[in-house]
Amino acid sequence: MRTWFLCALLLMASLSAHAVEPRERLADPALEARARTISSELRCLVCQNESIDESGADLAHDIRMFVRERLTAGDTDAQAMQAIVSRYGAFVLLKPPVERATYVLWYAPPALVLLGLIGTVIWLRRRQVVPADAAPLSPEETRRLDGLLRENDG
Amino acid sequence: MITELGHFALILALFVAIIQSTVPLVGAARRHVGWMAVGRSCALVAFGLTALAMLALMHAYVTSDFTVINVIENSHTDKPLLYKITGVWGNHEGSMLLWVFMLSLCAAAVAVFSNNLPPALQARVLAVQGMIAVGFLLFILFTSNPFARTFPAPPNGQGLNPVLQDPGLAFHPPFLYLGYVGFSVAFAFAVAALIEGRVDAAWARWVRPWTLASWCALTIGIAMGSWWAYYTLGWGGWWFWDPVENASFMPWLVGTALIHSSIVVEKRDTLKSWTILLAIITFSLSLVGTFLVRSGVLTSVHAFATDPTRGTFILLLLVVAIGGSLTLYAIRAPALKGGGLFAPISREGALVLNNLLLSCGCATVFLGTLYPLFLDAMGGPKLSVGFPFFNRTFAPMMVPMVIAVGVGPMLAWKRGDLLGALQRLWVAYIATALVVLVAFYVTYGGPVLAVLGLGLAAWLFTAVLTEFAERIRLFRVPLSDSVRRAIHLPRSAYGMTFAHLGLAVSVAGFAASAYAQEAIEILKPGGTINIAGYVLTLENVTRIPGPNYMADDAAIRVTRGGELVTVMHPERRFFPLQQQTTSETSIRTNFLADLYVALGDSDTEGDWTVRVYWKPLVPWIWIGAVIMAFGGVVSLSDRRWRVGAAAGASRRRNAQPMPVAGE
Repeated sequence: MRTWFLCALLLMASLSAHAVEPRERLADPALEARARTISSELRCLVCQNESIDESGADLAHDIRMFVRERLTAGDTDAQAMQAIVSRYGAFVLLKPPVERATYVLWYAPPALVLLGLIGTVIWLRRRQVVPADAAPLSPEETRRLDGLLRENDG
Repeated sequence: MITELGHFALILALFVAIIQSTVPLVGAARRHVGWMAVGRSCALVAFGLTALAMLALMHAYVTSDFTVINVIENSHTDKPLLYKITGVWGNHEGSMLLWVFMLSLCAAAVAVFSNNLPPALQARVLAVQGMIAVGFLLFILFTSNPFARTFPAPPNGQGLNPVLQDPGLAFHPPFLYLGYVGFSVAFAFAVAALIEGRVDAAWARWVRPWTLASWCALTIGIAMGSWWAYYTLGWGGWWFWDPVENASFMPWLVGTALIHSSIVVEKRDTLKSWTILLAIITFSLSLVGTFLVRSGVLTSVHAFATDPTRGTFILLLLVVAIGGSLTLYAIRAPALKGGGLFAPISREGALVLNNLLLSCGCATVFLGTLYPLFLDAMGGPKLSVGFPFFNRTFAPMMVPMVIAVGVGPMLAWKRGDLLGALQRLWVAYIATALVVLVAFYVTYGGPVLAVLGLGLAAWLFTAVLTEFAERIRLFRVPLSDSVRRAIHLPRSAYGMTFAHLGLAVSVAGFAASAYAQEAIEILKPGGTINIAGYVLTLENVTRIPGPNYMADDAAIRVTRGGELVTVMHPERRFFPLQQQTTSETSIRTNFLADLYVALGDSDTEGDWTVRVYWKPLVPWIWIGAVIMAFGGVVSLSDRRWRVGAAAGASRRRNAQPMPVAGE
């Protein structure tokens, strides 16, 4: 089922190179590690949800080189990210920015859980009210009932 | 000639499906036995006809009949026989045919195996399945005909995409579709129950085996796809949160919720309308998954514009199926009154929590998958939603769920003793603490969240075992008594234990993948790479011809402490027909960790890029999935399902012991 994106990917990179290439790497291990961290959060523009760190497409290679150029030029991670976004657009970010257009995206999941919990509690409470019509059991009866229920469960 | 027979069979199947979707429904409404029985005959005939169509298309592929457009576009005479057959569903038209074939298979199974259903219910279930078949057959015949011909025939076909020529991917779609389509049975039962206005324990019990079977198939299908990505893509990723994967993950999440909520309906006669809703949503998401993936809308909304007939048809079908069933639900569901009351802290309460978290998880995946499309269609900014989003939203929901899976089965029905259950889980605390401490010590300075993930897995694993030990009263009664209890435990109880253990194993695999190490070097023959205590030496690279490709096969000697471990053979395969290169990775596993080697490009001087990864516990991801599916199969084999199936119609509504995982 992943075939569609692979078709696209392979069309774009007909001679498939793999992910990050040894020749691309920076000599300074600390700088290279930063570059890898940044790349893993950037999307390869021609594939589905693969980061440029993983993708073999030529465009991914270009972005990887650009990240390393920025870092070598002395950018901080944030500055490098900023430069990439202004060049390729927010579409490259695998983590969508939190802004007005994405409030729903970011806040709906926790809101759903919260609403679900509240809804469940209300539903349970309302259901507990129903049998109140019947005469309440005496403590003795409750004890016996619990005993019976426990037996049933065994 | 045979191709035309296939096409003709498919047209006949459409007419049979039309009868199947109408006559039994009228019969059920008027209590006309003869009309109701039409559903069964139709289901069997439709199955025969779609099987004929499927075989006709396979025949065209196997004999390389290049007058059939579908065969030209997806096959080639040099292709190995296995991929000629599996190539049938490696494309849009063929996969739709496979879908409708599976659907008729399910309907025929209902016709054959559910003779103990009340005739009216069976008639309605088959009618609903007939309606789905009508929609799909119309779609195939009018927009995606796999039997279309062209003359004159070209000398040879265009071949199948090389990445699809892989055993893992060859059998991935049938399993996935069996899962998707299997949920149509639960859907049909739900709609039939809404029409009848009655849902009871017996209903839940009839639906459960179908749901379980589909869930198992879907679990295996998803695991296969993920495993394939792992060994094919050349760097060992196994899940990307890409829309295509999400499309199959969503029905799995809701389907899992459905299995659990139907237990409550069966055992406690409550959560009825919620279970019906879940059944509708599960199949709706299967439909959405099939169509969105196949129509290409997921990659871009503009795919609709390139083929408007297909796009419009799909939208119409989704609106009718999902909108229709939800409307029916809105009208009839309020009449479904639940029976059994329960306290928030109880087995029911735990299952409600499970349902809540799984549904919210599914909604999150849905949002993450479709929100960018929605925004794009609205003219908003173009967005990507990748793993950082899901790690921040989906994962936090699953953590409490996994914790609760350990406790839930320890709670009694109706009113549970949470404190008591937590006290009885003392072994699990010790195990969790030990695993966390050891992992933290061994991987000091490594990712902290992975340590917590391993702790979570340890918690779940020991909690499930504790629950099992408690059930057989291990160490409380003599050992022989415990063994006797273990033998007499219902299969469904074993099913639950296995499925939950499988989840724990998978969680460990997810968590530990953060500890992977990599080494990427350019090597000349004789060059070495060191990783995780292994020394890998590139011996040589030889060129080997394959059936329809040329392979560069590298021999890489792996030693540890000077001793030979193995010789690995990663390949690069060049397919001249498609002008494509694929990478055939080589993986050595000891089931605790994988050593993963992929061969990269070479340059003119005979240097090869070699990628080596060491991935601890990663095989557990799929081992866990297989254990989960195995649990499902064990539960499916529970004798009481068959006892129930054999019981006479008169006794059906009587309270028989229901096989329930948590008994």
